[in-house]
Amino acid sequence: MQIKESLEIYDVIIVGSGAGGGMATKQLADAGLNVAVVEAGPFFDPADPVTMTQLKQPYDSPRRGAGVDRAFGEWDMSWGDWKVDGEPYTHTEGTEFKWWRSRMLGGRTNHWGRISLRFGPKDFKGKTRDGHGDDWPIGYEDVKPYYDKLDKLIGVFGTNEGRENDPDGFFLPPPKPRLHELFYINGAKKSNIPVIPGRLSMLTKRINEDRGVCFYCGQCNRSCSVYADFSAGSCLIFPAQKSGGKVKIFVNSMVREVTTNAEGKATGVSYISKEDRKEYKLKAKVVVLAASACSSARILLNSKSKQHPNGLGNSSNIVGKYLHDSTGASAAGVIPGLMNRKTSYNEDGIGGMHVYSPWWGDNSKLNFPRGYHIEVWGGMGQPNYGFGSDPNAMNKYFGLKTGGYGDSLRDDVKKYYGSVIGFGGRGEGLARKDNYCEIDPTTVDQFGIPVLKFNYKWSEFEKNQAKHMQDTFEEIIHNMGGHYLGDKPGKDNDYGLHKPGEIIHEVGTTRMGDDPKTSVTNKFQQLHNVDNVFIVDAGVFVSQADKNCTWTIMALSWRASDYIIEQFKAQNL
Amino acid sequence: MDRRKSLQTLILGGAAASTGLVFNSCKTENGETIDEVIATSSENYFGRTPKELERIEKLNAEQLFNEHEMETIAALSVVILPPKEPHGGPIEAGVPDLVEFMGKDIPEMAPTLLGGLMWLDHKSNTDFETEFKSATLEQKKQICDEICWHDIEIPLSEQPLEIQFFYMMRGLTVTGYYTSKVGIADLGYKGNSPNVWDGVPQDVLDQHGVAYDPVWIAKCVDQSQRNVTAEWDEKGNLLT
Repeated sequence: MQIKESLEIYDVIIVGSGAGGGMATKQLADAGLNVAVVEAGPFFDPADPVTMTQLKQPYDSPRRGAGVDRAFGEWDMSWGDWKVDGEPYTHTEGTEFKWWRSRMLGGRTNHWGRISLRFGPKDFKGKTRDGHGDDWPIGYEDVKPYYDKLDKLIGVFGTNEGRENDPDGFFLPPPKPRLHELFYINGAKKSNIPVIPGRLSMLTKRINEDRGVCFYCGQCNRSCSVYADFSAGSCLIFPAQKSGGKVKIFVNSMVREVTTNAEGKATGVSYISKEDRKEYKLKAKVVVLAASACSSARILLNSKSKQHPNGLGNSSNIVGKYLHDSTGASAAGVIPGLMNRKTSYNEDGIGGMHVYSPWWGDNSKLNFPRGYHIEVWGGMGQPNYGFGSDPNAMNKYFGLKTGGYGDSLRDDVKKYYGSVIGFGGRGEGLARKDNYCEIDPTTVDQFGIPVLKFNYKWSEFEKNQAKHMQDTFEEIIHNMGGHYLGDKPGKDNDYGLHKPGEIIHEVGTTRMGDDPKTSVTNKFQQLHNVDNVFIVDAGVFVSQADKNCTWTIMALSWRASDYIIEQFKAQNL
Repeated sequence: MDRRKSLQTLILGGAAASTGLVFNSCKTENGETIDEVIATSSENYFGRTPKELERIEKLNAEQLFNEHEMETIAALSVVILPPKEPHGGPIEAGVPDLVEFMGKDIPEMAPTLLGGLMWLDHKSNTDFETEFKSATLEQKKQICDEICWHDIEIPLSEQPLEIQFFYMMRGLTVTGYYTSKVGIADLGYKGNSPNVWDGVPQDVLDQHGVAYDPVWIAKCVDQSQRNVTAEWDEKGNLLT
């Protein structure tokens, strides 16, 4: 079969359309460059009623919202989850990693939690701070101008609190706390744990005429049809097209490799069209990878040539190494003070927490080096499959019998409705060279592309941190007068520490650095080995923080895009 | 109608129904306009991908329970959660259809459900010489009384089938009811509709003995300004 080549030479090919790819598309197209966006999944627009799940009722579906065909529930706006049909991944025996992929325009930004936290000054200088890991080649002051612009372009609510490592920004006003959040504030305060308004990218106030304002359905994970939450398609790619940018989108196009010429420079990409299962080539002066940390590493490792026998940009052997996800542990409690609630009002609120706790601890006095933040959930949410299915299971905490049948089940359901508060600890795990993804030489996906094999183990630091999370959750639950639900996980199950990958904040596989021997890109996210290939996803992170990664992905992608534009102007590309 | 054709109808039906998508500009009490989108799509249409729809079609074309079994499921569900005015009960909530669908959607549930239904009739025939669905309410309750409590210290999977069956049916009945239109009305859930969140009502705060901190509330959104475009000074203070 002859590979079909396009005649057009684009200025830039961007592989992937999520947070990093979306931002690069917006910046590069706005600068007048001719851009091709290559996305592995189909087109998606949150406003399209054909695919919309926002405001659906549970009874619109025969399975009432059960998560049978989508892992996070039937309404979750992610096409693809831990598994993607025909696209496996494998593991080194005895290690674990779970990998979430969303195959659609906008990628995982269509369903994400929109928690939008800047990294702080300490987060870029981990080694200086405590001797673990490495420092980034850049600091907060390099990224701050981009965070500032990002806040204004995309919109994020929050408050300026003057906290050292949780920087202030340009915030929209936050929503008022819900009832269970008031209980949380009081409970956390008793343990001297700070609570501040959440910081999430939903529009509580208008920022422009192209996007609507939040109407408080609490369903941001379904992707907002009036664009009141941030998704990369609706907030970056569509606006880039609307303002006249040259943006050509190739959907259902699975990139196999970056193609190179005799000098070893990139010439474009080859991809497989899912529509006819044929291979195509696109040409460009610059290739920007934004396929997600692991997918971009996979593309680089699969891009082998005479000039790049170890894969593209991999003379250091670092591609795929230092893979790390946020840590996570969860708990929930039933709070008697929240029982027997009035249902007289709608408290869906925004699709996430109105309040949260940034990290407060002093790690020099703890047996783990990095912190975590606490996310809070609860309230009188929409019933979906599973709601009330064990209607009086919580009776056991109050010395009452569980089970039975009859009219009393209605009373049980109402008694407990809205009485549970849940916690998610999300922390920093250390970046380690021996946690990595590599190419599995024996396995290919349905397009014949070799797949990733993961090798990842938590260390005692992450387990100790999870123990701290559990103890903290239990203490706050008791402060609120509640009961810890279920058995508190202990040492035998790593204190409930989620498996690597499960928090879906995987970063670090193509880390930036000044030394080409120990890093994949320079501080402008340009491959050390090939000057016309850039990476704008979370692969370039040197280390996580006790923050979510998306806001930093976008700030860095914007910064790298500015550099690409400068280099074009200087005729270096 | 062949499967592919009916699938097409489902998709086209959905697209056609999308013309019923109404973008409303509704006036709130203090007169500002809020964005509002209300989907009034057809009942068969709920944002599935073609592949997901195809699977639902396939499951709908299969039959798990025969007519007698469906009647038995209905009879048991109204013992578990008796209908109550004004919001009906499991039948109005479509519980038997949910049980049928989930038994196919999650095939691991099917043996417990099928086996449990057989057990119900066997038990009823043995004790009362009649099938469960034809037994009197008192007789049905006598049977249920034997299986509706379980030892919570022992994993459910290690308990007798009839206990597991009842637990599963109670779960499906209650979840099926409270995820239905009538059940949501009975629960009183007011969400899943466009609104403007402006905090917990005072009477609810009072009932639960909590209050808003004025310092905190001063930082929160002034909903009367929600449609005024945000502007900041150079320090990040919101000006509008």
